[in-house]
Amino acid sequence: MLAASRNFPANAAKGLADETLQRALAKAQTGFPLRRRLAVERLPEFEALREEGRAIKDHTLAHLDFYLELFEQKVVMAGGRVHWARTADEARALVLQICRSVGARIVAKGKSMIAEEIGLNEHLAAHGMTPVETDLGEYIIQLRREPPSHIIAPAIHLVKEQIADTFRAEHRNLARERPLDEARQLCDEAREVLRPRFLAADVGVTGANFLVAETGSSIIVTNEGNGDLAQTLPRVHIVLASLEKLVPSFEDAATLLRLLARSATGQEFSSYTTVSTGPRREGDLDGPEQYHVVLLDNGRSALLGGEFQDMLRCIRCAACLNHCPVYTAVGGHAYGWVYPGPMGAVLTPSLVGIAEAGHLPNASTFCGRCESVCPMKIPLPKMMRHWREREFAAGLAPRTVRTGLRVWAFLARRPALYHALAEIASRALGWMGGERGRFRSLPLAAGWTQVRDMPAPEGRSFHSLWAERRHKEPR
Amino acid sequence: MTPKEEILSGIRRALGRDPVDAATAAELRARLAAHRRNLIPARAAALDRRGRVDLFVAMAEEVQATVARIPSLAAVPDAVARYLSGENLPAELVAAPDPGLDAIPWQTRPLLRIRRGRAEASDAASLSPAFAAIAETGTLMLISGRGTPTTLNFLPDTHIVVLHEEQIVAAYEDAWDRLRAHAAASGGLPRTVNFITGPSRTADIEQRVELGAHGPRRLHILLVSGAENGENSENG
Amino acid sequence: MMAERPARVALFVTCLVDLFRPTIGFAAIKLLEEAGCTVAVPRAQTCCGQPAYNSGDRADAKAIARAVVEAFADYDYVVVPSGSCAGMIRVHYPQLFADDPALLPRVRALAERTYELVSFLVDVRGLERVTARWDRLVTYHDACSGLRELGVKEQPRRLLAAVAGLSLKELPGAELCCGFGGTFCVKYPAISDKMVGDKAADIAATGAGAVLAGDLGCLLNIAGKLCRQGRPIEVRHVAEVLADMTDGAPPIGASR
Repeated sequence: MLAASRNFPANAAKGLADETLQRALAKAQTGFPLRRRLAVERLPEFEALREEGRAIKDHTLAHLDFYLELFEQKVVMAGGRVHWARTADEARALVLQICRSVGARIVAKGKSMIAEEIGLNEHLAAHGMTPVETDLGEYIIQLRREPPSHIIAPAIHLVKEQIADTFRAEHRNLARERPLDEARQLCDEAREVLRPRFLAADVGVTGANFLVAETGSSIIVTNEGNGDLAQTLPRVHIVLASLEKLVPSFEDAATLLRLLARSATGQEFSSYTTVSTGPRREGDLDGPEQYHVVLLDNGRSALLGGEFQDMLRCIRCAACLNHCPVYTAVGGHAYGWVYPGPMGAVLTPSLVGIAEAGHLPNASTFCGRCESVCPMKIPLPKMMRHWREREFAAGLAPRTVRTGLRVWAFLARRPALYHALAEIASRALGWMGGERGRFRSLPLAAGWTQVRDMPAPEGRSFHSLWAERRHKEPR
Repeated sequence: MTPKEEILSGIRRALGRDPVDAATAAELRARLAAHRRNLIPARAAALDRRGRVDLFVAMAEEVQATVARIPSLAAVPDAVARYLSGENLPAELVAAPDPGLDAIPWQTRPLLRIRRGRAEASDAASLSPAFAAIAETGTLMLISGRGTPTTLNFLPDTHIVVLHEEQIVAAYEDAWDRLRAHAAASGGLPRTVNFITGPSRTADIEQRVELGAHGPRRLHILLVSGAENGENSENG
Repeated sequence: MMAERPARVALFVTCLVDLFRPTIGFAAIKLLEEAGCTVAVPRAQTCCGQPAYNSGDRADAKAIARAVVEAFADYDYVVVPSGSCAGMIRVHYPQLFADDPALLPRVRALAERTYELVSFLVDVRGLERVTARWDRLVTYHDACSGLRELGVKEQPRRLLAAVAGLSLKELPGAELCCGFGGTFCVKYPAISDKMVGDKAADIAATGAGAVLAGDLGCLLNIAGKLCRQGRPIEVRHVAEVLADMTDGAPPIGASR
């Protein structure tokens, strides 16, 4: 997917002005955080599990090469194949090659952010295949030719009416007068339309929430059952996963699974958590004949050992998105790429470059809510600050900001001068504020006064008043 | 360098070290072989059979699975017939050809049309045996195999699962142990292990939960209390 | 039970309090003295360095921080009427100097002794009540840094409960960011406006006649929005109320 993150301000403004989007986001804003909180309150061990989750991932990352090689051995032992992709291009080519090798025409897709990242659908379509999204949210946005706006609820930016309009426009062979006012009706229609596609698919492509080194298994966590149909009915199952999805053992996966659903949707466990190991066995009545895992690097290994390594602990629960006041204000499309919200603000610059994605780590108040809900204890604001440091060091910060900071730092290290200027400024602004006690507009502060008043200073600086007071009262 | 070699050496370079040495590799392998458990929530620790059953039923019902308790496999045809007619569904289903279900006396309900095999798109209801269940979250564990095709769990609108009380374990880790034992006895892991917690659902439309997105809309569990255990079937 | 030993406290005024609202500084001093502290205000203080730090300008942040370490070296405690500035010193200074073994011990020593005002009064001095009166229905905004970096949550509520005539109605979304975020409000004004608009609406919906918080940045932001909307809700720093100084200065942004 091509990045458009540099347009963040304009896209954010569009999102803020979009009443329908704001209606949709308001629903999401109350739903997910409340459900997560209830699930967490119900599990006294949640905090301890966060710490264990962090330790498991850190351990895995510190030995990632070992676990990857072991994983491959086990996949092969189970009758599958592993393909290594350094870049998005290589991953696309590998998937295409596998699909071609079986003469695939229809490719059923379970929800996969990696597939979005590498632009798989466009690639397959360009080579004469038909990729069919089967996750309801992904299917809806595929029909609308939009990117996902959330990493687990791709259509969260839409209201019912928009989805109904899309279904009417795209499912043209169904009765015109059919009612589509209720979510139930929309679900039923999607199920009905997608069922034949599952059955006709030659290849099923899924992501993986976890890859288990111990057994060469892949794990997907879903609620709909589409991922399971996509990986059971077709002849070929391709798993698309980035390197950091590895965990050592089933026991480690269990710990992370205890964190994932609770953090994502507030469920105790998802409806379907599926462990896949190799192709169908001899005597099985169903299941794919081939099992392939495409391991994607695409910049992950470069994050190891550096100040962004912690980002590789992410298990894609989206808790940070759901709790972020910026994400819930502007929606996911404003971020301009696959990964929105706080995790996107940290990950996107590392994958598409800080020049393209600089706005993302800058559009944060560092309120810290994301870090407080991250099940893997990823220090998101700290890493956003690291991106700002890199921008600053590269001279990418705007001139006005750099000059302003220089002046401020100059003054801050000269207390006498600083105090003299502060006294002058507070007197001047205090006087200008007059009886009203505030400014409706202030030169150099248009960003502020466009939408709010600026309270006037009291008229004397604290340090001047304190100095006077000390003069009067010898201690 | 092959892509694999390049990726692995990139990892090592970033981590500032050479490939893992023999001693470390042995340690890591030992860690895996020990199957060391991490923290298990108190909810799932040290439950006796009664406790496990009660917790499982409570958690499963919370996520809109329905549970009917029956004394033995002999009661399955009645329970199935009653359930299907209660839901106003046709009296037919496809059942797993698993030997663990062979003892079900379908002939006691001759109007029930039973086919043994994998599911097809036209099947409205299916019946499959559980491999285990996890009380911690009311989760069923079903595995693929000669007698337990995975399509039974996903294609039909209604999924009925036969679960024996003694198959219910407390925590996921206990379930993994059973799976490993089974794998050791049968030459490897199954292609698919499904952990199923309630029926299929989605909240993709305005965060309103709807059941039956692509998988079954109904998940009905026949909980068998009898002395019979699952060891008659291949899937233990 | 208040701690008996008099403590030598240095007040870190903060640049916003110094420039915009000295009343808060005096309220802090009053509270600290009543809690048995001797309070000094080191003259050599200016800013904690947070604007530079959050803009990615580590060099300037460190330069400013060194000056702070110097100026506040000799006191039992450093107390700050702001969660974000206290957090900067307590949490972020050690990170800033993590790779500076020469200076790190002194930085750590300062960090360990630095507290946000209300947290200091309750957690360190053991203050349980104040003698103040303010007949108002108030609501309270939890400033982000104080809340998440320093655990300031119960302490202001405990002390406000002791203010005669004051009743507190909890603000739905009290823990949601108000949209100030230092430079964020001028870099991304539209998003900031949405956030402060939501905050103002939540405050108004409580029916409270006043809103309090522990950070002047948030308060300027919130007061500015309420004033622009013509909502007659008083905005004050919690220290002013606890120190019984509400009939001194007018509320933030209000007519004089």
